[in-house]
Order: sequence, then C-alpha cells, then structure tokens
Amino acid sequence: MINIIELTKSFGKFRALDNINLLLEKGQAISLLGPNGSGKTTLIKSILGLVIPDKGIITINGKEVSNNWAYRSHIGYMPQIGRYPDNMSIGQVINMIKEIRSEEKKYDDDLIKGLGIDKLENKTMRSLSGGTRQKVSACLAFLFSPDIFILDEPTAGLDPVSSEILKEKITAERNKGKLILITSHVLSDLEGITSHLVYLQEGKLAFYKTVEELQDITGELKLNRVVAALMQQTQPKKMSV
Amino acid sequence: MNTIVKYVALDLVRNKIVLVYTLLLATLSFSVLSIDSNTSKGLLSLLNITLLFVPIISILFATIYFFNSIEFIELLLAQPVKRTRVLLAEYTGLASALCLAYALGIGVPVLFLSPNMAAITLLVSGLLLTLCFTAMALLIFVLFKDKTKGIGAAIIIALFFSLLFDGLLLMFIYSFSDYPIDKPILGIVAFNPIDLARILMLLQLDVAVLMGYSGALFKKFLGSATGSIYAVTCMLFWVIVPLMLSRRVFKRKDL
Repeated sequence: MINIIELTKSFGKFRALDNINLLLEKGQAISLLGPNGSGKTTLIKSILGLVIPDKGIITINGKEVSNNWAYRSHIGYMPQIGRYPDNMSIGQVINMIKEIRSEEKKYDDDLIKGLGIDKLENKTMRSLSGGTRQKVSACLAFLFSPDIFILDEPTAGLDPVSSEILKEKITAERNKGKLILITSHVLSDLEGITSHLVYLQEGKLAFYKTVEELQDITGELKLNRVVAALMQQTQPKKMSV
Repeated sequence: MNTIVKYVALDLVRNKIVLVYTLLLATLSFSVLSIDSNTSKGLLSLLNITLLFVPIISILFATIYFFNSIEFIELLLAQPVKRTRVLLAEYTGLASALCLAYALGIGVPVLFLSPNMAAITLLVSGLLLTLCFTAMALLIFVLFKDKTKGIGAAIIIALFFSLLFDGLLLMFIYSFSDYPIDKPILGIVAFNPIDLARILMLLQLDVAVLMGYSGALFKKFLGSATGSIYAVTCMLFWVIVPLMLSRRVFKRKDL
C-alpha cells in the first residue's frame, strides 16, 4: 500500500532521513521506533506530504504522493500535538472536517462515543486539557474509516481508560485489514497491537522485521525487552567508547 | 476552501482581541466625529488613526494567529485538500474577520454620521490596508520557521512603512531638491501602502494640497480620479504580490 523508495530529507546540514526504503502492506500494524530525533515524525510527515523530500519517491496504492492531494482521503492522521483554533467548539471542529471530506458520508463514531467526546460538543477548544484535545485528534483520525492510519504518539497524554479504548479500536481496525503506522515511546502500549517493527537510527533504517522474527533473534518475549536488546546491538560503537 | 474560510472566520469573530479592536475603533470614531461639527476634520483624524493602528494591528495579529494555527494547518493539510487552498483559505478567513472589524468599528459610525464620498474612501482605504498587511503577515508566516522571529519581522515591517519610509522619502526629496524629482516620487510612493492610503483619502478632501508634498503632487499630476485609481491599483498589488509569493513558497515549505 505504501511504498517508500530511497527517501532522503535534510534540514540544513542535518540528515533527518537517509535513503529509506520501505514497503508497507495491508493488514500490517507497524510500529515506528527510534530515539528522539531519529526521523520518525519526518517520515510520517513525508508520507502525508507535509514535508517535501529532497530525493526519493513515496507511492500510496501505486499513486505518487508529490503534488497530489487526493490520496489523503485514504489516510487518517493523528498528530503528536493537536492544537485547534481557540474559539471553535469540538462540534464545530468535527463538522468542519466532515465538510472538508464531504465525499465520505459514512462516519465511524465509535471513538466519539467511546471517549465521551459527544458529551463535550459545545466546549471550546481553548478550555480543553491536553488529553481531551488528544482524544479529539483520535476521533478525527478514525471518523472516516480510512484504509491507512497514521498515529503519532497516540496514547501520550491519555488516561489509562481512554488509552485502552483507543488501543482496542486500533486492534479492531487492524483486524479489518487496515494498515496502521504508529509511533510511540510507550512500548507496553504497542504490545499486542503491532505486527512489525521499523527501527530508525539517525535517519537510517536499522531494521524492518516482524515481531516474531525479532523475538526469535533476541530470545525475548516482551516487546520492551526485545527492543532493549536490539538497541544494545545497534549501538555497539557508542557503548565501547 | 469555503468551509475552511467559514470556520476560521467563525473562530475569529469570537476572538477577544478582534472584539476589543472593533470596540476601540468604534469608540474612537464616535468620539472624534461628535467633537466637531466639521466632519471633514473628523474624517482626517480618523484617517490618522487608521494609518496608525490598522497596519500594525493587522500585521501583528495576523502573524501571531498564523503561527499559532500551525498545528491546525498541519491537520488540515493531512486532509484531502490542496496545499495552497488551505493557505489562501486561512488568509481569506482572517482577512475577512479583520475587515469586518474595521467596517463595523469605523465604517458604520462614519457612514452613519457623515455619509459622503470621503467617508466611503476612508472605509475603502482602511479595508485595503487591512488586506495589504495581512497578506504581508502571511508572507512572513511562510518565510519564517520561528514564531518569535516572525513577530520581530512583522514589527519591523510595520514600523518601516509607517515611520521609516517617510523619513527616507523626505531625505531623498531634500537631497535632490534641485532636480525635477516630482515624477519619480509618484513612483516611489507606490512602494508604501500606508502612503497610498493617505493619498487616496486626501484626494477626496480639499486639504490635499495642504497635506504634504506627495499629496499635492498627486493632485497636480493625476487629478482626483486618476490619482485614486492609481493609488487603489498599487494597493491591490500590495495584496496580490505577497499572496502570490506566499503561495509559491508554501508549495515547498516543510511543516
């Protein structure tokens, strides 16, 4: 579904992404991992067309992303930080996005109900806490049941109950055969959701493997142990200095 | 695009700063116009208020607003809409909210208390100034990554056009006063939207000849009608050019 070929992006001298090749398929739930500043958000933003790559091609369902916008109707995006105009109410934000994506008439309001957003409809965005704003972002990402979900730190700032509801929703969508791309530092949240791991290191692709393969390699079962073991393997130079 | 314009404007009409701005302009215009029975004087005072307040408030408010909505713009760009459309919709929404504030604050009292051609011209020049300076704010937004630098640039631009430009122009006139510089000055004035607004208004009042060198020049060379058309056209350029540039830059901007 998403095919990334030789993607390179620099910000000034800093290489955010260095020759990334990835092929992401339907039904996969991919966790995008890596230390801070390793290029995770840049990669996501390149897929969304928010960041314009220096080199390389991204195709979604065979169509190239650059200078194209229609493909985004297949994507539900949940940003890391959701900020909305202060005086808009939650209801207005939701209606606005609905009007923008007017070709989509079937709405999936599981999350709106599940997270209790429907009861807050008239609250202005200014008065909301960070967590509630995060919930609104989640609702917007899932509202149109797209084929691809791109979730940037979805559970950061959510309370445990909401976080569970969101995780259940993600699992349900994965089981429907959707492609889910997720970044998170909370590895325990990814447990049970993710099927593949992509690890970025200083803008380079360190590995892209299924969870089972990695469990075999490292001999660990828990996701956080697996990742910890891998991180030590990928950074031998720094450890020895 | 209309959807975004609608919701941005809806958000802004409930913005406290926009409300205060409207009320401030309304209070000023009512008080100034009711002081003197000679409305021509009142309009002149309002012109000075417009030239002082509108550029700096428009450019500063717009710059801050654009930088604050960067995450929201990102969210919009993740939807199936064209990049440039989102940008122009943000501009249109903001510009229409500020124009509405000006029209209510100055336009309504002026047209109510002294309905004549000069009042309409004041309204038009104020609205054009709003459009010019919000367009410049948009350009600042697409050029700068950092909000603080952007606000700094906005202040510098506003001060440049409202204070520095006239100083430089005076210096130019002074040092070349032995040469026939009348026509070049007509051209140079076109580079300052605030001067253009002033001239546009002065051409309507009889005081044009008394109000400085460039006003007198305009009256002499172009006459009221041609002068007004020239000033309005130049101001429209000041709206369109920054918008086109912003559109170009934004096409390749990383968010």
